[in-house]
Amino acid sequence: MASNEYDAIVIGSGISGGWAAKELTEKGLKVLMLERGQNIEHIKDYKNAHKEDWDFPHRDLPTQAMKVDYPVLKRDYPLNEKTYGMWANEKENPYTEDKRFDWYRGYHVGGRSLLWGRQSYRLNKEDFEANAKEGIAVDWPIRYEDLAPWYDYVEKFAGISGNRDGLDVLPDGVYQPPMPMNIVEESVAARVKKAYEGARHMVHGRTSNMTQSKPEEGRVHCQYRNKCWLGCPFGGYFSTQASTLPAAVKTGNLTLRPFSIVKEILFDKDKKRATGVEIIDAETNETYVFKSKIIFVNASALNSAWVLMNSATDVWDGGLGSSSGELGHNVMDHHFRVGASADVEGFDDKYTYGRRPSGFYVPRFRNWGSDKRDYLRGFGYQGGASRSGWRKDIAELGIGAGLKDAITEPGPWTIGMTAFGEILPYHENKVYLNKKVTDKWGLPVLAMDVEIKENELKMRKDMQQDAIEMFEAAGLKNVQGWDADYAPGMGIHEMGTARMGRDPKSSVLNAHNQVWDAPNVFVTDGAAMTSASCVNPSLTYMALTARAADFAVEELKRGNL
Amino acid sequence: MERRELLKLIATATGTALFAGNVLAYTDVPAVPLSDTLFNEKDVALLNEMGEVIIPQTDTPGAKAANVGATMAVLVTDCYTPLLQKTFLDGIKKISSLSQSRFNKQFVQLTKQEREALFNDLDVEAKAANLANGVYQGVETGKPSQWEPGTDEPTPHYFTLLKQLTLYCFFTSQVGATKVLRYVAIPGRYDGAFPYKKGDKAWAT
Repeated sequence: MASNEYDAIVIGSGISGGWAAKELTEKGLKVLMLERGQNIEHIKDYKNAHKEDWDFPHRDLPTQAMKVDYPVLKRDYPLNEKTYGMWANEKENPYTEDKRFDWYRGYHVGGRSLLWGRQSYRLNKEDFEANAKEGIAVDWPIRYEDLAPWYDYVEKFAGISGNRDGLDVLPDGVYQPPMPMNIVEESVAARVKKAYEGARHMVHGRTSNMTQSKPEEGRVHCQYRNKCWLGCPFGGYFSTQASTLPAAVKTGNLTLRPFSIVKEILFDKDKKRATGVEIIDAETNETYVFKSKIIFVNASALNSAWVLMNSATDVWDGGLGSSSGELGHNVMDHHFRVGASADVEGFDDKYTYGRRPSGFYVPRFRNWGSDKRDYLRGFGYQGGASRSGWRKDIAELGIGAGLKDAITEPGPWTIGMTAFGEILPYHENKVYLNKKVTDKWGLPVLAMDVEIKENELKMRKDMQQDAIEMFEAAGLKNVQGWDADYAPGMGIHEMGTARMGRDPKSSVLNAHNQVWDAPNVFVTDGAAMTSASCVNPSLTYMALTARAADFAVEELKRGNL
Repeated sequence: MERRELLKLIATATGTALFAGNVLAYTDVPAVPLSDTLFNEKDVALLNEMGEVIIPQTDTPGAKAANVGATMAVLVTDCYTPLLQKTFLDGIKKISSLSQSRFNKQFVQLTKQEREALFNDLDVEAKAANLANGVYQGVETGKPSQWEPGTDEPTPHYFTLLKQLTLYCFFTSQVGATKVLRYVAIPGRYDGAFPYKKGDKAWAT
């Protein structure tokens, strides 16, 4: 086999790309994993992981110079000193906004698996059926039962901690013991349960932060430092580096090539198969071609669409997978930044020990069961209770010893929660190639044309009001609702740009994530999502990827690819 | 499990030595020398003296022991907008001139009581000014980096900037976080009903 030929090429090394590499190499395929950014080696390259606030010259604050370099990132919390350099360089990698779109990209090995929120929930049965029942977009080509065994499979390996709550709306998985609720969360959860007679629930967050070590994988359980985004030297949460990459490397079948920007997928129009990819080396600007039997596209939803749109344009103007007219369309995210907070009385003799990188979860209750609203779908809440530290409101405090004494004691308990709502797949919400603007390598950039609509705006009212109502029903004091506004992309849950479906005329991928027009090309990241659900999506990408990889290898064996 | 044992376990499990390597992941932002700031050593000493009035040494260390002045110099230079810088620098001058006009002394020559009297008055004045100008509630414990050039967000009173910088630089310092507040680098577990009695200090983060 020539050195530029592989059985499979995986484009991208984030959450889903890592899974593709693991599954395909473990099944014996020689795999080339391409990553457009730099390498980051597990532990060794987590340079800030053991640093403290005082080790940073600006104490983690963004400088004005950083804000100039990152005009998008500065719009929200991710721009800081500790993770500086971990987000895609906005000058080298521009995009254009027909409408505001906040795009947070991790261009390095591991992608956003090093920078994710780690909350890990399954879609439920209804999530897979709602489009068909409600006449929205197109039907998912699979059902919950198709994915359930693959959820089991990925949860077990990734190491998800959570409680089995027995709720249809939030199907249980294969879990390590949950991260505990604190005494106030337990109390409020009990009060919510009583007030709503079991119709609303406040349960343990389910997270990829492990509560039990996996010594066989060199991973130690979460140490409650809450420094996940600095890279975990303990391997305490799921990342490509901690979890899937070591497994793939262990097979001896993986070649990882950083600084490899995939320019296009090469397509043989007679055989209707992809033959490989052409890349630009990001450091040398030289072009290389790599050949393979199958290709997994895992570049993250918007960039996976970009790769397809820039491929096979001699056959289809809009690129590979565009014959349906849906490639780049149906962009979804989760809308959020709305919720409530409240004071919790009592518990003055209790505090917390350890910095838990998770909290509680309130599964969807709107448009569920007999509940009917004037909008479709629903939302869940993520939240936590805590006592404030020194960063409390000190309006009544002056200066000196009195201030010092008061500010250094923990404040009273407060609780807060933020809603994450489903966005419907609208055909007109799209990304497309803007050929008038090019990046550092002369490649056309993405243009963003995405907005939330009436359904989401109606939902946001409930997202705030229900949080207020639940806290009031639980007898909490000083309940305050808030809505800090949302712009598409802020959820960092981009989805839908190459959706799965049952018909090549209205979807880009089939039930096994194969591009209808090129069955040896699989897309298994957020691009594949036919609808968004309201739960955090990464676990579903893992399950879809493992399932598709299994199918791909079987099809290869059968000679169908 | 102790931190050292854990690190050893990881190094063994992965065959990787910790902290080797020198690539550009997780950017290592270098320390900012005083010569790259708008301030000199005398300024830093003065800022430390002023910070000490806001967070004095009690039975635990104060602002001066945490050298808040040095960090203030860096934050004001790199994280402030030009407008905020001007407000702050003019404010420091104003404090000097107030100490002259009121006590006929330089600030560093004031007694502890005189410093407290001056700052108590300024704190009251600042709170009223912020209220009148629509500065958000809670600004005193806010982040010094949050202002953007060219926005119409109201600028806090200069004394509030000094107070905010003092608090931020103090509680993110090693002295503030570990000797005044409480800090454990690797908790290793979570206890959601940890005993607390009045007087116990808050966690630093």
